[in-house]
Amino acid sequence: MREYPKIIRLGERAILLEFEPEISLEILKKLLSLKRYLQEKLLKQDVEVTNTYNSLLISYVSPIEDAYGEVFRLFEEFKAAKISFKYQIRLFHIPVCYDENFALDLEEISRAKKLSKEEIIGLHSSVDYLVYFTGFLPGFLYLGGLPETLHFSRKIHPRQSVPKGAVGIGEKQTGIYPQASPGGWNIIGNSPVPLFDPTANPPCEIRSGDMIRFYPVSLEEHEKIKEEVQRGKFHFKIEQNG
Amino acid sequence: MAEAEILHPGLFSSIQDLGRFGLREFGVPVSGAMDQQAAGMANLMNGNEPDTAVLEITLQGPKMKFTGPTQIAISGADLSPELDGVKLENYKIYSVLPGQVLSFGRRNTGYRAYLAVKNGFKTEKLLKSRSWSPGITPHNRLEKGMKLPFLGSEARGSEKNAAVNPDAYITSAVIEAFRGPEFELLSASEKETLEKGNFSAAKESNRMGIQFQEKLENSLQPILTSPVLPGTVQLTPSGTLIVLMRDGQTTGGYPRILQLSEAGINTLAQKLPGEKLQLKLIKYK
Repeated sequence: MREYPKIIRLGERAILLEFEPEISLEILKKLLSLKRYLQEKLLKQDVEVTNTYNSLLISYVSPIEDAYGEVFRLFEEFKAAKISFKYQIRLFHIPVCYDENFALDLEEISRAKKLSKEEIIGLHSSVDYLVYFTGFLPGFLYLGGLPETLHFSRKIHPRQSVPKGAVGIGEKQTGIYPQASPGGWNIIGNSPVPLFDPTANPPCEIRSGDMIRFYPVSLEEHEKIKEEVQRGKFHFKIEQNG
Repeated sequence: MAEAEILHPGLFSSIQDLGRFGLREFGVPVSGAMDQQAAGMANLMNGNEPDTAVLEITLQGPKMKFTGPTQIAISGADLSPELDGVKLENYKIYSVLPGQVLSFGRRNTGYRAYLAVKNGFKTEKLLKSRSWSPGITPHNRLEKGMKLPFLGSEARGSEKNAAVNPDAYITSAVIEAFRGPEFELLSASEKETLEKGNFSAAKESNRMGIQFQEKLENSLQPILTSPVLPGTVQLTPSGTLIVLMRDGQTTGGYPRILQLSEAGINTLAQKLPGEKLQLKLIKYK
């Protein structure tokens, strides 16, 4: 067994730093500190550093002679310096309409779990979810923190198309589809907020290390927010915490 | 602005450049030309910068009319290009006059051809790139009636041709690959199948990913969702091998058993569904 992190080449223009295979805030904090350190040391136009649950990927714009050596050296420096960055945690409040018009599978979960729809909605919107990273689709946030009571297996027959904004539960995860896509998660609502806009800079406001909390809105409010988004008048409600 | 007006779209074509670097953070696929060597060559011959937008043409080419003068170079797959019915050759520069029609015919070699005009196509730039990509740009394939803008440039008559026709990598059956992060978890027989077996692209392949028809026995568990790149070979629970290509997602939860070399990606981009290929495991220098 090699010790973590493993430093692995991934093709001719990327290096992977892999930490213990765990989903935890502790690992994420470590990754984000190291990510920030590498971003400061490497040229932004030539190198991109991104993270998942337990990996950092350092990708170069073109194949580079000694990327492995460079990353290895920077990691040793980082360890020796015992650097830990302070993060300001941002909490995004995200409206979700749990109306039956959107919540295609809420009934099924309610029956299977012997919980009322209101209890499920209450639970889903009562906790803060940690954004681990964005992947799968542009603007798709990998969230941690779904209460165990709401864990629910994926649909046996995935839908051909899940609408943009659909809020779903799949196994231990919950998330929002940023665009229409095939999908196997159980749909319990819809959020009208823009998670990805290719014409905006940056195209996503919410990032790895942020937190989000859902709050229930009515069909009418959902429609109103959707209009605000279309007119470019929508702004996220964000709380900044030390 | 002069335009190339699409009279017939062909099978599947899209505008591509080097893609969107630096946006993995947001889950944005890098996109860009599937065969970057060919796209780069078409630009180089035309005196264009490497990140100039070209038209990537898959198997059956489009028919288009130019409204202004330019010079063109075609590279990659040989799809029998013709200008006003006169045969053209790949890897040569041709002058095009207003009103002339470019068309394509029978496929001779390869799968994807690249058309570069002088100074490139000036379609809309989104997130630092003109590459068409599903979910990012308004279009992802060429359609009849579209008009691809370019800066008309004086036709200069014939210019010197590229010295070599680098066809070898296009017709090669050998795809180079490094061992992926989860390679060592494979059993000895799985490894042997990978190294010795014949593979071929399945019909369900596209710019996002190329599946192989042949399956591998799979005894591996899924991994925590982790970074993937163009050229990452994933092994799905059913044993299907999927090579992520330029429009591929940025993260995935299947074991990453191989990582194609840059040359391997370019060669694979030129393979027809069903065409035989072998994987050659190579080591990092």
